[in-house]
Amino acid sequence: MAGDVFKALADPTRRCILDELVERDGQTLFELCTRLVSKHGLDLSRQGVSQHLAVLEEAGLVRTRRSGRYKFHDLNIEPLETLATRWLRPPKPGGEA
Amino acid sequence: MRIHQLSVFVEDQEAALRFYTDVLDFVKRHDIPLGADRWLTVVAPDEQDGPEVLLEPNRHPAARQYQEALAADGIPVVSFAVDDVEAEFERLKGLGVKFTQDPLTMGPATTAVFDDTCGNLVQIIHVN
Repeated sequence: MAGDVFKALADPTRRCILDELVERDGQTLFELCTRLVSKHGLDLSRQGVSQHLAVLEEAGLVRTRRSGRYKFHDLNIEPLETLATRWLRPPKPGGEA
Repeated sequence: MRIHQLSVFVEDQEAALRFYTDVLDFVKRHDIPLGADRWLTVVAPDEQDGPEVLLEPNRHPAARQYQEALAADGIPVVSFAVDDVEAEFERLKGLGVKFTQDPLTMGPATTAVFDDTCGNLVQIIHVN
């Protein structure tokens, strides 16, 4: 799981996607593509963005949600909290959290 | 060449006419019975001789597939100009319209995307 998170975060486009989801959660693929093209000048096909989203979803950083006929993408920061705890707030010796 | 007519596939012509006139404030231009269907078009109220939108039945299986696939990814099938996207967003939301993209300003344009209740997503846009 942690390995997937590192792999997901290693790509600058995927970090852009996360930045955009921080700005507004619950975006359609169309909105994400619009943001990546017009704000970041990224020349990506919808398919390319879909593939990046699939990597983020596998790492647990993005969750997709169907609402009626539409699919929305939400940010999930839980995997990042795990990372922060690992190094920034390590559990105290003796097993306490 | 000028733009005369563009079509939007709709599930139910009568429901589409109500939404496009009562909610979006377009005006009915042509309504001619054609067998079970109608040749049904709407125009902008202040441009009644301008481009028409044909509300076309989506009975062809490919039309439905097209609508479903685009809607799932949030892609609008048509884009209408408004004076102020934010104001129109508030007005339409007040009428119960569902948005898949709230107003978003990207570079020179502000856009929003909503569900036309006929199977499509519609974009509204103004240039800043």
